[in-house]
Amino acid sequence: MSVEVVLPGVLADLAGGTRHLQVDPGGGTLAELLDSLAAVHPLLERRIRDEAGALRRFVNVYVDGDDVRYTGGLGAPVADGAVVQVLPSVAGG
Amino acid sequence: MTDLLAIGTRKGLWLARSDDDRRTWTLGEPHLLAQEVAAVSIDTRDPVPRVLAGIQYGHWGPTVMRSDDLGASWQETETGAIRFPEDTGAALARVWQLRPDAADRPGVVWAGCEPHSLWRSTDGGCSFDLVRGLWDHPHRPTWEPGAGGGAVHTVLPDPASDRVTVAMSTGGVYVSGDGRTGWAPRNSGISAVFLPEPPEYGQCVHKVAVDAAGPDRMYAQNHFGVFRTDDAGGTWTSIAEGLPADFGFPVVASPSTPGTAWVVPLVADVQRVPPAGRLRVHRTRDAGGTWTELGAGLPDGCWAAVVRDALCADAGDPTGLYVGTRDGCVYASADEGDTFTQVADHLPDVLVVRAARI
Repeated sequence: MSVEVVLPGVLADLAGGTRHLQVDPGGGTLAELLDSLAAVHPLLERRIRDEAGALRRFVNVYVDGDDVRYTGGLGAPVADGAVVQVLPSVAGG
Repeated sequence: MTDLLAIGTRKGLWLARSDDDRRTWTLGEPHLLAQEVAAVSIDTRDPVPRVLAGIQYGHWGPTVMRSDDLGASWQETETGAIRFPEDTGAALARVWQLRPDAADRPGVVWAGCEPHSLWRSTDGGCSFDLVRGLWDHPHRPTWEPGAGGGAVHTVLPDPASDRVTVAMSTGGVYVSGDGRTGWAPRNSGISAVFLPEPPEYGQCVHKVAVDAAGPDRMYAQNHFGVFRTDDAGGTWTSIAEGLPADFGFPVVASPSTPGTAWVVPLVADVQRVPPAGRLRVHRTRDAGGTWTELGAGLPDGCWAAVVRDALCADAGDPTGLYVGTRDGCVYASADEGDTFTQVADHLPDVLVVRAARI
């Protein structure tokens, strides 16, 4: 079982210099995928989720093109072979 | 001998160096560019100085970075140096204060954070433990956030005892005899103009500084009002007479000369700019009895505020004083504020300055 996690360039250093990671999706939800990610790349996972387990406010996550805010959040299903894209939202100044 | 000035801004950290006893400064290249640096400390207790920076990593959350080579490289604890225990259900929002403890407490560093929390490290800032006594305080649910957020922004460990004083916006001043438990509010006499009656706690204290005379004498710059206590916060009395405005954010006490402290008054409440657009530091030599305006080398036509950690003193003789503005200018004084020279301009908003001889 494997899914592709696609990262923005700013996070590539925390993934060993790559923007594309193959990650075991675990039990099949986004939360479990991020748990798997944390086991290998803890700093990277902390950029996406805080220590209480919540997705950071200005981080957008898409599973096969769907914004997880509308598909179950951390409970969103992540199937074998899915593409999970992490993007910074429009914020800042 | 080199003097180092760390300048934390809304979009990165700059280090300036002086090799001529603080007469001239050389500003280096940016570090941690594009990251908000709201807290900095320069820990000189070890032969190799350590710079700690509390940063907001853009969209990606807050963390603590450390450098043991003056910014040539930065390290971050993999699991997060400051990480709320799972049972709290809380998450770190911002690091507001990083404060190395006394020289005879090697490795001990304190952090004040948002949400209102106090943290203690024994490994030089690589990892911190939540001070549960303050987190579990029955008052905590009623500490409201100020405009900048609800945080412990000031941590004052007493070098001669285990006593620790903290200040919060809002919340006010609290003291613990052992730095862990028994936190008690110490706000009697400090006003709260946004409440109908003076409360036991809940004041919007912007900054507290300890006088060189000893830990019982402290100064507080409040959200309206400048105060002094001579009994470790038991009672506070106004020392604002003689200032052009009693609003401001920072207060700094001399580390070596009792009775000497500095503030930067701002017109308030709505404007929050230097009076008449003249950036001035005001100094007392008599513990707030009288104030002297200091402006040599500081600009007119300055409409930028100085925030709570953007004023600091060094441990030199005479004391050096450093002030940074929200329009990205930094000024240094090697003579306790009598004269200033410009160290930097056109930086992002200056949030914190810290200076040390390395």
